[in-house]
Amino acid sequence: MAVVETKAAQAASEDKELLISGSEAVAEALTLADLDVVTAYPIRPYDTVMQAIAKKISGGQLTAEYIVAEGEHSQFEIVKHASTVGARVFCGSSGVGWAYAMECLVVTPPLRVPMICLVGNRALDDPGAFGVEHNDALFVRDLGWMLCWIDTSQEAFDTTLIAYRVAEDRRVFLPCAISADGAFLTHSQAITMVASKEKVDRFLPRYNRGDLLLHPDNPITVAPQANEDWVIEIRRQNDEAMKRAYTVIEEAYADFRKVFGRGPENPWFEEYMTEDADVILIGMGTISLPMKVGIRNMRAQGKKVGLVRLRWFRPFPTEKIVAALSKAKAIGVVDRNYSFGSPFASGVVANEIRAALYNSDKRPPLLSFISGLGGREVTLEDVYKAADLCYSAATSGKSDARTHWLGVRE
Amino acid sequence: MADATFSNATQVLEPFRGIKKVTIEEYFTSGHRTCQGCESALIMKLMVKAAGPRTIVLGSTGCMYVANTTYYTTPWVVPWMHTQLGSSGSAALGTAAGLKALMKKGKMKAESINVIAFCGDGGGADMGLNGISATLTHKDYNCLILLYDNESYANTDIQLSGMTPYGANTTFSPPGKVIRNIHTRWKKNMAGMMAAGHPECRYVATVCGSYAVEMMNKVRRALTIGGPTFIHSLDPCPKGWDYDPMLSHEMGELAIETGLFPLYEVEDGVVKYYGKTKALIEGRKRKPVREYLLKQGRFAHFTEEDLGYFQAKVDEMWEKWEIPAVIPFRRLDASKAALEVK
Ligand SMILES: Cc1ncc(C[n+]2csc(CCOP(=O)(O)OP(=O)(O)O)c2C)c(N)n1
Ligand code: SF4
Ligand SMILES: [Mg+2]
Repeated sequence: MAVVETKAAQAASEDKELLISGSEAVAEALTLADLDVVTAYPIRPYDTVMQAIAKKISGGQLTAEYIVAEGEHSQFEIVKHASTVGARVFCGSSGVGWAYAMECLVVTPPLRVPMICLVGNRALDDPGAFGVEHNDALFVRDLGWMLCWIDTSQEAFDTTLIAYRVAEDRRVFLPCAISADGAFLTHSQAITMVASKEKVDRFLPRYNRGDLLLHPDNPITVAPQANEDWVIEIRRQNDEAMKRAYTVIEEAYADFRKVFGRGPENPWFEEYMTEDADVILIGMGTISLPMKVGIRNMRAQGKKVGLVRLRWFRPFPTEKIVAALSKAKAIGVVDRNYSFGSPFASGVVANEIRAALYNSDKRPPLLSFISGLGGREVTLEDVYKAADLCYSAATSGKSDARTHWLGVRE
Repeated sequence: MADATFSNATQVLEPFRGIKKVTIEEYFTSGHRTCQGCESALIMKLMVKAAGPRTIVLGSTGCMYVANTTYYTTPWVVPWMHTQLGSSGSAALGTAAGLKALMKKGKMKAESINVIAFCGDGGGADMGLNGISATLTHKDYNCLILLYDNESYANTDIQLSGMTPYGANTTFSPPGKVIRNIHTRWKKNMAGMMAAGHPECRYVATVCGSYAVEMMNKVRRALTIGGPTFIHSLDPCPKGWDYDPMLSHEMGELAIETGLFPLYEVEDGVVKYYGKTKALIEGRKRKPVREYLLKQGRFAHFTEEDLGYFQAKVDEMWEKWEIPAVIPFRRLDASKAALEVK
């Protein structure tokens, strides 16, 4: 018996290296976070995370209430309610499934429910498509959800723990959606460092609902009819919570680095070869792979191109991104989403960056690209084309008002 | 990890033996601003009185939210939370699952807490039907879903729902010169559907605020039997039905005496009729439906033809249904006869 205990104690304090997909990495983190309630509903590609959790539960590694709902609306409502009585919850969806849950996604932030979700980004049918597009997760960009994009299985594992730490902080109490590109990340395996339980416990305190706990010992009324008497003040409280999230995210990453001995200095975005870059390309998620390869090739030819891969979209790192981009001679935003009829018919990220730069003294020419929709591969040629167009803009010093669609059969 | 003290047991809530034995404490008090004579508000009060203080109530959008639960004037003494219009099933399930997870894992003191989610007829029988149905299959979670049926989307100004009676005048079905009855669908048989369709739901009942002690005792049974349960309450609504508010109880009684709304429960598959419904089963004559319908402005446009149609449908419930007024299948001999038809 004593021997077994020592072994178990050792296992709890040891990191492991596993070959796992992004979805499986999230499930590893959830197990270590001792998740309480999880709800599943099938839709590709996010559902791989639920398959992984189901195995954890049937295998006895995780004790949680695991409910297969009859639709995404219920799927999200069930965990929303579980969270109000103090349970740590997880949920997720993709594409039209996320859309089906929209009503629930709307009410979760004002209820100050720290729900964590995985959005396996997927095109919105019709026409039917399993491939990645970012429009699904972007539905919630204005609603009080924290929203981030991850790029690797390691980042999936790490960000899941960080998301709980931030969302469940009483200063924040907002939901967080972790976006992972369908197939490219949800299904692709990579070596991932899965930390020890002991480290996770040091990093992630228990969820404490505090004065908002719905329980007979704390008989509060939650979300009564408020109307014009109070709604604007409640919205403002949400706004303050989102603003506090900046500090809480910084703190969480700093602590993460201390406890786990890894993790980025800059939580908000990854910079790749940007120090001396003339042209900086910007993207989110796994698009970074062809971009990084393309950038290395272009640099071999003497073209100084760099990449900013945005991690956190909400809250948006306005000042930091302006500082990082304004030193370039031209910037090109590659959106894996669309915003029909928007200014310059751009993608969403391009217009966010345009807005962020507006007050800046130094505004490099900005080009907007749309690429990789429906899961189409973003090729090196696409990356070269974007960089070359940016170079022309750098020379002329002018933004190009058109939005360029890359790799489209015209 | 698991807490040895956790058990899935429910609270012990003995039935009240008569009105004088009902506890004095109220858990739904002043602060609400429903119409005079609102039976749904009474149902709320009786529901939590029956459940007692160790209860969490979830309420979906509708009159019992908007008119009932206003910021800074909440009438709820027990913890209460709003849920979305179609979310009563999910609210009950999620709350029960959250409590269970935490108690099982020793993260919360183990005790039995009643979980009740209520919904209107629109939120429950129309929009929330799938969620309620799913919850009634989750036998490991103790919770009650109470559908208060005022027979319209009342809060949004009285629009017809799948539970509005045939022909009723609502703001979505105004009688006109050319079309007298825009609404020609027959009301859903909600309690029967829930009982027949969910083999592991141990308790389904119908109630009416006119019979308060019976109503409370059914709530107590629903909360103590274990697993998910369902109660359908018929609530006269003076605004939507258009009658003098002082007649609410009488309207409820008439709904039962005419046989339109039967009072019964289905416990572990066994049907038991109650009160005046039981008397009807035992042979007392049903009052004609016109006595009920013509007291309400929403049927003021009815012709003899409409009244006859209505009466025939109610007669069918009692005379042709396999389990009268509960399960609408035809008797076995009738279906045998159907098989024999070439
Ligand atoms: C998803 C959604 N659709 C529509 C509404 C508008 N709405 C608010 S209350 C209500 C009426 C609900 O009717 P019912 O459930 O019968 O409750 P009652 O108002 O009759 O008490 C409606 C339609 C809403 N709140 N949510
Ligand atoms: S409209 Fe009907 S249900 Fe709504 S508060 Fe008035 S009486 Fe009650
Ligand atoms: Mg109604």
